[in-house]
Amino acid sequence: MASNTDVRNYPGFVGITILCLVILYAPLIVVTVYSFNASASITVWEGVSLRWYADVFTGPDSEKFKTAAVNSFSIAIMAATTATVIATCAATAMVRGGRFRGRTLSFGLISLPLMVPEIVTAVATLIFFNAIGFTRGYTTILAAHIAFCIPFAYLPIAARMQGIEGTYEQAAQDLYATKVQAFRYVLLPLMGPGIISGFLLAFIISLDDFIITNFVKGAGVETLPTAIFGSVKQGIKPNIMAISTMLLGVSVVMVTISYFVSKKDNTQ
Amino acid sequence: MKTLLKASAAALALSVAAQGASAEGKLVIYHWFEYMPQELLDKFSAETGIEVTMDTYDSNEAMLASLKAGGLGTYDVAVPGDYMVEIMANEGILDEIGDGELANIGNVTADWADPAFDPGRKHSIPYQWGSTSFMVDREVYDGDISTTDILFNPPAELSGKINMLDSQGEVLAMAAIHMGIEQCSQDRDKLKALNAMLTEAKAHWASFNSDTAKEVLVSGDAAVGQIYDGFGAKARAERASLEYAFPKQGYVVWMDNVVLLKDAPNRENALKFMDFLLEPENIAAVSNYARYGAGVKGVEEFLDPELATLPEANPPADAGPGAFIAVCDEQTQAVYDQIWTNLKK
Amino acid sequence: MAGGAATGASVTTDTYAEARTWLLLPAWAVLGFFVLAPVGMMLVYSFLTKEFRGGVIWEFSLAAYDQFFFDRGLFGDEAPKIEWTYINIFWRSIWQAGLATVMSLLIGFPTAYFIATRPEKVRPIWVFLITIPYWVNLLIRTVSMKFLLRDNGPLNEFLMSVGVVSEPIHIINTNFAVQLGLFYSYLPFMVLPVYASVERYNFTLSEAAADLYASKWTTLRRVLLPTVKPGVIAGCILVFVPSLGSFLAPDLLGGAKNFMIGSLIEEQFKGSAGNWPFGAAAAMILLSMVLVILMVFARQQAKSGKEAG
Repeated sequence: MASNTDVRNYPGFVGITILCLVILYAPLIVVTVYSFNASASITVWEGVSLRWYADVFTGPDSEKFKTAAVNSFSIAIMAATTATVIATCAATAMVRGGRFRGRTLSFGLISLPLMVPEIVTAVATLIFFNAIGFTRGYTTILAAHIAFCIPFAYLPIAARMQGIEGTYEQAAQDLYATKVQAFRYVLLPLMGPGIISGFLLAFIISLDDFIITNFVKGAGVETLPTAIFGSVKQGIKPNIMAISTMLLGVSVVMVTISYFVSKKDNTQ
Repeated sequence: MKTLLKASAAALALSVAAQGASAEGKLVIYHWFEYMPQELLDKFSAETGIEVTMDTYDSNEAMLASLKAGGLGTYDVAVPGDYMVEIMANEGILDEIGDGELANIGNVTADWADPAFDPGRKHSIPYQWGSTSFMVDREVYDGDISTTDILFNPPAELSGKINMLDSQGEVLAMAAIHMGIEQCSQDRDKLKALNAMLTEAKAHWASFNSDTAKEVLVSGDAAVGQIYDGFGAKARAERASLEYAFPKQGYVVWMDNVVLLKDAPNRENALKFMDFLLEPENIAAVSNYARYGAGVKGVEEFLDPELATLPEANPPADAGPGAFIAVCDEQTQAVYDQIWTNLKK
Repeated sequence: MAGGAATGASVTTDTYAEARTWLLLPAWAVLGFFVLAPVGMMLVYSFLTKEFRGGVIWEFSLAAYDQFFFDRGLFGDEAPKIEWTYINIFWRSIWQAGLATVMSLLIGFPTAYFIATRPEKVRPIWVFLITIPYWVNLLIRTVSMKFLLRDNGPLNEFLMSVGVVSEPIHIINTNFAVQLGLFYSYLPFMVLPVYASVERYNFTLSEAAADLYASKWTTLRRVLLPTVKPGVIAGCILVFVPSLGSFLAPDLLGGAKNFMIGSLIEEQFKGSAGNWPFGAAAAMILLSMVLVILMVFARQQAKSGKEAG
């Protein structure tokens, strides 16, 4: 086939793809490299050292970041778990509940946090908590996180459920399994990869959130993003780069897990 | 699913443990960024067994906004500047310190014992005092810097390299000083002129930032920066070519004060903390860290000797007068808000 | 975002129809209480009177919307003119978000096309590479960008060392830095939907066009693009909408000097402005704009869905 009719390859597209990857990775790589810088200044390179990693755990800010990390991870785990359970129930109703009035409305409500810009949700939540007299703190962050994690957990779960033939549960019921048993022993195990993807997505989204958390957090309760933001406002310090690199590591581990889960799913 | 639930339960337990109050109780401080040495908080905790949590803000106005947006009842003490103490007292969000509740109140120096912004020190104790002016990188500009023109009508070398504080009070007060207008003026022509002058000056400014005020100067991202004197002294320590200016038109002076907030969840501990900060040795530690003056008797022997000769804290003879930021009434404040919004759009 | 429930080969049964109310109840309760009710409350607040220095007074007022659209002079007593300040802020946000979207499209489309035309086995690896940065904390990505772009940061050092420029290029604290930050933040959102639609594309169509002597670029424009348009539009929306309300990129990369919508709203609650009804009104206007865009998109999707089959 002449190159002129080779519709799968366009000149320059390879270059742009490489450029795209460079743009996506350059800032992350630069920060990772500089996190190993021995110098106290971010502008001078003085050789490789783990000094700033040690500083994260033992330095003057270590207590603050430790508390923030505990808050971040505990909120992310609880919010993602709760959101996953709620989303699984909702997906079952939406995908295995037949057609019913209010189905479109329910879908609209579930995807609401995706449609409303984050800053709007943040302001609305602040106003609401203030109007009903909720004291801002750990609980308000958790509640807000559960709410906006639901659609992120829902989408992969519903997509997975739509891909599972109804005949499996039908067969189970024909063999005298109750509906609960059919759900528990047939549908749920098949749903595994979808649920794990949904959970991981919700987990990362919760861990990632800055804007909403910044508005609803209370006295002395920081999560990693708000603590990092507070610190970065006064200039980027090497210990921030070390924390960033560690969080980058967490993200890569999570995305790798989800990649292999979905791969296993495909080869099933 | 089960593992998820288990992990979640573990996380819950962990966070509850993290949130759990210690036996001696807690103290929640709402404070400026980079203004309190961690060692001093550790010392307070060690002496009293009180567990301290601290949140930070970057302007008096932001602190007030946050307190009014549901922060009240969660913090025990805050550290507003002079004019903000007056505003907060008017808003009714400060608690009164009763007679005899502070053992060390007698340590306050005479000139700070009965300030206009808090007559009789009913709500506050002194924390630190200093000035707000600006710094210039002498490597970039070596002309005369003792004029507010540097900020509002800069020479070509400095245009576009100026960082202003993201603080309405400080910027507008400085602008009023530059034009020789009294603060909170209600004169329409003067206000219009002020607005017009600021609109023109804005073209020369690169950014509005308070918490990076030092960083942008040290890194060279800005050649001029509005800054507090002690913060400026720290900047100079990291970049020797920076010089703090005392404009002949005048500059802003201030005193930050520790106030007792209304509905403080740990009122007793807040008072203990205030007494702690009235000890000369302790407040001197703050001065040594933040490079500002203290308002407490007997600090001299604990102070870093360098502080006495800091160029940032010792105005030359030809410096203009220092002025506190004034509190405007609601109607005038609305005009100032409008000017500020015009400036930041 | 849209279409999750509307993909082709979906299986929906009514096995658990009788339990659906109970199954949906938690989602309804949580989202109703923590998303829908707050948005409703915000709508109410936008019509209240502001309290001096933050907070509201429970009295009906149109002052917030009036302030947004009309300029009554410095002292509030002149004849109302149209107030351009906030319209300009919104316009600037739309412009910035739009440029970021165009940049994402220019880089993202060829990338997605390239990936979709790789052998089936290696495609997931490419997709994996594109998605990793999306999983990294947005704040950290923005901070990294800030670090990279500084006047004497690694990018300028690199450019100067290879001799492209002799003086550092000033990028940080400019509109371009904000566009770059937005573009970088949401680039994967462009690549993934475009990739998904190009992957489903039947390349024999293009080959047929090429056999009929259409040039490669004509084929791309006239045959491929109309077919993958929904994916492209989805990508544009996924980049444009979050960019519009973003707060981190303007704040950290733009030096907080040139307000965008997000910073304007934030300032009303956390900054010195302290005008809650106005902040609520600005947020409502932003929300309305986004909902209109999404509705137009949904209609477009439904239309192209009908056309397709």
